[in-house]
Amino acid sequence: MESWRRNPWVFAVLALPGSFWLLVFFLVPLAIVWTLSFGEKTSIVDIAVTWTTQNYARALEPIYLEIIWKSVWISAFATALCLAIAYPIAFLISFLPPRLKTLLMLAVILPFWINMLIRTYALIAVFRRNGYVNFVLEWLWTIGNSVLGAVGLGSYQLLGSSFEPVPMLYNTFALMVGLVYVFLPFMVLPLYATIERLDKSYLEASLDLGASQFRTFFSVTLPLTMPGVVSGIILVFIPCLGSFLIPDLLGGTNAQMIGNVITRQFKEANDWPFGSALSFLLMYVTFLALALRSLFAGRGEREAV
Amino acid sequence: MASPVLYSSAEAEVIAVQEAERSRSPVGPLEFHRRKWLWAIAGATLLFLYIPLLSLMVFSFNNSRRNIVWQGFTTDYYVRAWNNASLFEAFTNSLTIAIIATLVSTVIGSMVALMLWRFRFPLKPVYEGFMALPIVIPEICMGVAMMAFFSAISWPAGGPWPLNLSAIIIAHIAFCFPFVAIVVRSRLVGFNRELEEASKDLGASEWQTFRYVIIPFLKPGLVAGALLAFTLSLDDFVITFFTSGPNAITFPVKIYSMVRFSVTPEVNAASTILIVITVIATIFAVRLQSPAKTAA
Repeated sequence: MESWRRNPWVFAVLALPGSFWLLVFFLVPLAIVWTLSFGEKTSIVDIAVTWTTQNYARALEPIYLEIIWKSVWISAFATALCLAIAYPIAFLISFLPPRLKTLLMLAVILPFWINMLIRTYALIAVFRRNGYVNFVLEWLWTIGNSVLGAVGLGSYQLLGSSFEPVPMLYNTFALMVGLVYVFLPFMVLPLYATIERLDKSYLEASLDLGASQFRTFFSVTLPLTMPGVVSGIILVFIPCLGSFLIPDLLGGTNAQMIGNVITRQFKEANDWPFGSALSFLLMYVTFLALALRSLFAGRGEREAV
Repeated sequence: MASPVLYSSAEAEVIAVQEAERSRSPVGPLEFHRRKWLWAIAGATLLFLYIPLLSLMVFSFNNSRRNIVWQGFTTDYYVRAWNNASLFEAFTNSLTIAIIATLVSTVIGSMVALMLWRFRFPLKPVYEGFMALPIVIPEICMGVAMMAFFSAISWPAGGPWPLNLSAIIIAHIAFCFPFVAIVVRSRLVGFNRELEEASKDLGASEWQTFRYVIIPFLKPGLVAGALLAFTLSLDDFVITFFTSGPNAITFPVKIYSMVRFSVTPEVNAASTILIVITVIATIFAVRLQSPAKTAA
């Protein structure tokens, strides 16, 4: 690697467009939102930046605090579910022969490339009142009823007089399933990256020395793959926390998350200062999570993942 | 992706015998790929991931509005989606945005990658941190920032096509080019710097070295990065939702407004088309990034 001083012109030509774009079309917009978060609405369209902290104070009022708290626990729960599902899969993939390995890996990450909106929409079709799940349930109900009828219990209506569709959409359950459905591949990728690089002779040594599979997993495998676990948690937790599409389409009125509140402030309520404050709270949480990650994982690990 | 290996029949027999012996032997402590419960979890997850998407695609050919019981094959809804003027316009908008954003972000992203690969400069880690920021911050934060920015500088939202898409294109480039930079940079890691030195020793200028040594080497990385940018741009909903003006609707935003009202076969058909485009682009990108291809 050479010093930029040796070829300042080449350096400048390569660096300028990217730096310009990053500065003007990314950092400046963020700075604007940050400034707006200290502003006040003076009329329907005007905002005066008065460096008030009132917007942040308002975000901590019980009604919003409740939504923030709900967003955090829903995201944390969805992240935990993702981890529980993704770890065995990543583990399996990294022990497969090469050809199967690429195939299964592709199968797991392919949905990640498909539009999030379309994936969410696909879930609606599965879960809605006359969706596929309820269709199967109704079919099972009919079979159950005819079996009961055949054994002479038909008149007791043990399964209810008619089929009642199970409400699966527009509640926290749908929201949770949606989050796991959409963000699962984000968890598999970093886990796979670390498990793949794990020196398997450590596992052999542990098993040879008499540790059980269970013990080997918790005392050797898991600690050694911790950087991947932490990366995965962050890659899932942050987008979950900021998601607005999934709660908007799958969650009901009481399954709202911060993302929905931010969107409402910018679109319908037209209260940009408050929306900005909320979105910067989200940014602070993100920075905190990233700082924690660099604390957990060493520099070398971070670059690899 | 590994290409299928063709065995001769004798070899195939040997392999079959080995396989048979292995399947009879007890599962070794580290043979996790032979543990059934791991396969059960993976299988169930794949079903969970694919059933909704596959049923969406299959039922887009279903000849029924009720959309749940199979009534016969039809491509009627594709015709209807195609003839739906606003849906078609949104689709054209999305493709235009994706193509322009891909071209620009591939160029900018590769330049950044080359710069980071070649040069040492003060505050480099800080620069790299800022570079990664568009990737790590929540999309909604970026979306509202773009919305506030374009309104603060009163960027014209209207204008003739494709100028009415300019705000969306700018925003898309902002989040796409760091991804391109990452992909191209990982390709550059495998570059033998001696080739560059040799080229310069043989009298090539900076530009000639770049044109005839570095660019050919980078080609798979460039194409993979471009395809990544293309799918990211085509898929983006959140940032477009905030930056699009009233008369610059993209495909995902249009679908969103349709989905909010009801689940219809037209949406299924349109979604299926987008899924197919995405999957094809992804498979290309994965093939280009595979170690087998990069070694060649």
